[in-house]
Amino acid sequence: MSQIEHQNDRARRSFGGDAMTPEPESYGKMVWRRFKKHKLAMAGLYILLFMYVLAIFAPLLATQSYETVDPPNKLKPSSREHLMGTDNIGRDVFSRVVWGSRISLSVGFVAAAVAVTVGVVIGSTAAYFGGRVDDILMRFTEIVMAFPTFFLLLTIVSIVERSIFNIMLVIGFTSWPSLARMVRGQILSLREQEFTEAARALGASDARIIFRHILPNAMAPVIVSTTMRIGGAILSESSLSFLGLGVPEPYPSWGSILNAGRTYLLQAPWITTFPGIFIFLTVLAFNYVGDGLRDALDPRLKD
Amino acid sequence: MLNYIGRRLIQMIPLLIGISILNFAIMHLAPGDPIDLLAERNATAEQKERIKELYGLNDPIHIQYLRWMQHVLKGDFGRSFVDGQPVMKSILERLPYTLYLNFLIMVVIYVVAIPVGIISALKQYSKFDHLMTSMAFLGQAVPSFWIGLILIYFFGLKLDWLPISGIGTIGLNVRTAGFWATVVDRAAHVIMPVTVVAFGSMTGVARYMRSSMLEVIRQDYVRTARAKGLPEKVVILKHAMRNALLPIVTLLGAELPLLFGGMVVIESIFSWPGIGLLSIRAIFQRDYLIVMAINMMGATLMVLGNFLADLLYVVVDPRIKYS
Repeated sequence: MSQIEHQNDRARRSFGGDAMTPEPESYGKMVWRRFKKHKLAMAGLYILLFMYVLAIFAPLLATQSYETVDPPNKLKPSSREHLMGTDNIGRDVFSRVVWGSRISLSVGFVAAAVAVTVGVVIGSTAAYFGGRVDDILMRFTEIVMAFPTFFLLLTIVSIVERSIFNIMLVIGFTSWPSLARMVRGQILSLREQEFTEAARALGASDARIIFRHILPNAMAPVIVSTTMRIGGAILSESSLSFLGLGVPEPYPSWGSILNAGRTYLLQAPWITTFPGIFIFLTVLAFNYVGDGLRDALDPRLKD
Repeated sequence: MLNYIGRRLIQMIPLLIGISILNFAIMHLAPGDPIDLLAERNATAEQKERIKELYGLNDPIHIQYLRWMQHVLKGDFGRSFVDGQPVMKSILERLPYTLYLNFLIMVVIYVVAIPVGIISALKQYSKFDHLMTSMAFLGQAVPSFWIGLILIYFFGLKLDWLPISGIGTIGLNVRTAGFWATVVDRAAHVIMPVTVVAFGSMTGVARYMRSSMLEVIRQDYVRTARAKGLPEKVVILKHAMRNALLPIVTLLGAELPLLFGGMVVIESIFSWPGIGLLSIRAIFQRDYLIVMAINMMGATLMVLGNFLADLLYVVVDPRIKYS
């Protein structure tokens, strides 16, 4: 058997068996097949599904309103009527946690989307134009990066009008720099890779090179980082709420529910316990899903 | 070497100017007039005007910026709008407490994380390694304030073993209670805050140490050391570990800026009278000059920390040539 025949044979076998026309599986299918193997990432995915169901069907699942105050029934432990007990002014903790999933998840999602948009735009503009534009954009990125992130976040949140929307924006606008740097580095290195050169040598247009060869390859780390960033933004919001600078009352975010229980730790530990578990599980799930995506999207890792 | 240091220092100047402009801009775009804090509630418009004039709040913004910078360069961040104390004095009063807490945290992190990282690299994919990886994910996902509250609940309130706030029992010191009693008291106060922060950051350092060690033990010089028959202990401790520690050094530089602003949440939970507590109070009271000073110092430390990390790296790793 000649060398070439041997290689062909190997290639055919690796497509699965002796099938005459091996159907190459689509990229999406391949990613999903590889993602499924990562058990913790799948567990994370189920947790996220559960949280999103809570968020979407909050009006149906919440047994009571999230803002109805009932002082005579304050600080009551878990009961049939109040699954997770009541808080310091008699609001139902369970209903607040259910509604809180809607607020916390949207804060995480929008904040991450803002950070990723700004980061990708700045990073790819810098990489594409190079020269002075690159210099200016990267210096600006360095300046923003130098500020202690959480303190910068606190500073800006304290001077803008407090609303859910502003909190999302501020978290997004303070967390893009590392992403911009990553995207820029990614594009700069992809531009020099052999496959880009090969495409150029074959006479592909600039647009084709950018959209077919560079962007799809640069997207994988962006997707991974976005996933983890959603978790990070949820944590940031809960820290803000914990310090009393988060989502304004009476809207419940997991962080703000937790904050209400801070002074009643001994009398009513359930106010802090339940939202804490939800924050923790959700962030953990996003991180595991991100980790699973990283493995599944990396073409260099073999199955 | 001197050339390299000089060039890096010069490169820092535009960066620091940019930082100061952004810092100033953020605080001056803020809605709400600081005059409302400076003047008494029932001050007349005329009185307010006089105070504004006194603080230079009527001048064009670039003049205000230049004046602020002029003072900052002399180490003067102005006086607090709220209590009239020099900002620098308030910060310097609080700094030792934050330094003290941070120092202990760093010691705990490195003392635990380095061996943990090395062991999980040497026993890659073992039970221990998997446990460490899971802990790393946990450490990243758990809100630190939540861990803090859980510790307070169990060890502070339920069991009543540890004090839940402050740096020490008021009135208890070496003179009133003796040396050992004081040490025990201070230690009891510091255990919970240190544990909470260390738990969150330790896992990251351990992961870093692990990957650094994994890289080093595949190097030729480690193979050579084994090949010439050195005992495994010597190979690991002398040849591999020393080299694996190099990148960890750069982490130390990165930790420096955490002193400012990084401790807000933890100091707030445990009423620790450091920079974090000062800054959160300043933010709530809109005490602009303190907030600006802390942001400025934090960012400057970040720039210096990065520089220091690069420099340390050059010093400890003879393979790197500065040019």
